[in-house]
Amino acid sequence: MLTIGNYVKAKTLEEAYELNQARNSRVMGGMMWMRLGNAKVKTVIDLSGLGLDKIEESDNVIKIGAMCTLRQIEESEALRNLYGDGFAEAVRHIVGVQFRNQATVGGSIYGRFGFSDVLTAFLALDTFVELYDGGTIHLSEFVKRKPDKDILLSIIVRKSKRKFRYESIRQTKTDFPVIACAVVTGIVHGQETWFFSVGARPMKAELVDKAWEIPRDASEEMIAEYARKAASEFTYGTNMRGSAQYRRHLAEVLIRREISSILAEER
Amino acid sequence: MEIQFILNKKQVTAEVGADTVLLGLLRDLGCKSVKCGCETTNCGLCTVWIDGKSRLSCSVLAAAVDGHEVTTMEGVKEEAEEFGAFLAAEGAEQCGFCSPGFIMNVLAMFRELEDPDIEEIKEYLAGNLCRCTGYMGQLRAIKKYMEKRKSPVIKVREVRG
Ligand SMILES: Cc1cc2nc3c(=O)[nH]c(=O)nc-3n(C[C@H](O)[C@H](O)[C@H](O)COP(=O)(O)OP(=O)(O)OC[C@H]3O[C@@H](n4cnc5c(N)ncnc54)[C@H](O)[C@@H]3O)c2cc1C
Ligand code: FES
Ligand code: FES
Repeated sequence: MLTIGNYVKAKTLEEAYELNQARNSRVMGGMMWMRLGNAKVKTVIDLSGLGLDKIEESDNVIKIGAMCTLRQIEESEALRNLYGDGFAEAVRHIVGVQFRNQATVGGSIYGRFGFSDVLTAFLALDTFVELYDGGTIHLSEFVKRKPDKDILLSIIVRKSKRKFRYESIRQTKTDFPVIACAVVTGIVHGQETWFFSVGARPMKAELVDKAWEIPRDASEEMIAEYARKAASEFTYGTNMRGSAQYRRHLAEVLIRREISSILAEER
Repeated sequence: MEIQFILNKKQVTAEVGADTVLLGLLRDLGCKSVKCGCETTNCGLCTVWIDGKSRLSCSVLAAAVDGHEVTTMEGVKEEAEEFGAFLAAEGAEQCGFCSPGFIMNVLAMFRELEDPDIEEIKEYLAGNLCRCTGYMGQLRAIKKYMEKRKSPVIKVREVRG
């Protein structure tokens, strides 16, 4: 069981950061994950009074405060306008509406969970994390770091003309994914580029990019071949939800469908 | 620590520990409709509304609702009874244990969605587990409840207040 000595609703970011430097302190997001653990927490730091619960769009970026809920992501017009239904698809299978009204983007990204749909989706785009002490770094860099005592303030997606698709497979509704795949494509420095982010392998999401120029009228066989190549770039593991071989097969199928769907839209 | 919040439209003050969970506090305050059905944050039985939105009270720290508004089934008694009658008429419940959380989320759904279709209903209620039934009776009850809400008789009554 989780035990907590003190609850502090931080009044400033500085206060939150200072309090978090103690070994037994923890920042709280939605508490959904944290409360399932066995930690003896001396001070729990609530960030909910610091205005980190907004999604702000400017000319170049969409900035998502760490305390935004997964439901806010699901319903964000800004994300929908740029990337279609991709983000809603990534989060709508997570437990239930009540859960998504509470689980936060900050906790989801900070946790760097293997099963994370949220991480898989954001990793496929040009995404940065803003840290209180560590500055703003690319999400692909943050994913590799070990958890430390910094505070995640926001997730920043650099706006670009990219197509985004997201799909996952679950054994039953609301369960963790067996595999999660995001495919993104766009022009990077004048070159057509495809990004593949695959999570729940069951290891956490990783990103692979390819400078491929896939003809808009590519045959299904050709698309399947690209999908096979992309899926083979990742390693897969076995756990109670599926074997490595099964996951690799699923990744191939989902990536193929996602590439097809993007090409069909651009035809 | 002392917290103050609005519970079912009444201002309340309570003394809570740093790790007191909202579910326990609400039961101590007499809202026995709020129950715990799992230890994994995914059954939906503990659903209450915080500032009008469905949330899982088993995972909310009591301290964090200071200054907020909490609604339990006791606070929407008439509406819950009205919908509950539809559940009963369809024989939707067996043990009935899942009902309070289910009803709270159904009522939240009707506050958020205008005229949900069957897929939207299923998606909205996916986080409410029932271990006795196959959800068919519940879906029938929701459809009939929606029809009744749409019918002119109801509207006339609403207009007259
Ligand atoms: C039953 C269950 C099922 C789930 N299923 C899925 C699923 O299918 N797909 C999926 O993608 N996810 C799933 N999740 C994970 C969920 O979506 C959230 O990612 C998770 O609960 C963490 O978010 P939180 O807001 O609850 O964070 P918390 O539990 O509050 O925090 C998690 C960790 O992050 C730290 N933290 C939180 N916010 C910050 C911050 N701003 N700065 C620094 N550190 C911070 C906390 O100290 C803690 O260590 C599931 C979780 C549960 C409990
Ligand atoms: S008691 Fe099961 S989700 Fe809260
Ligand atoms: S009727 Fe028994 S759990 Fe739903």
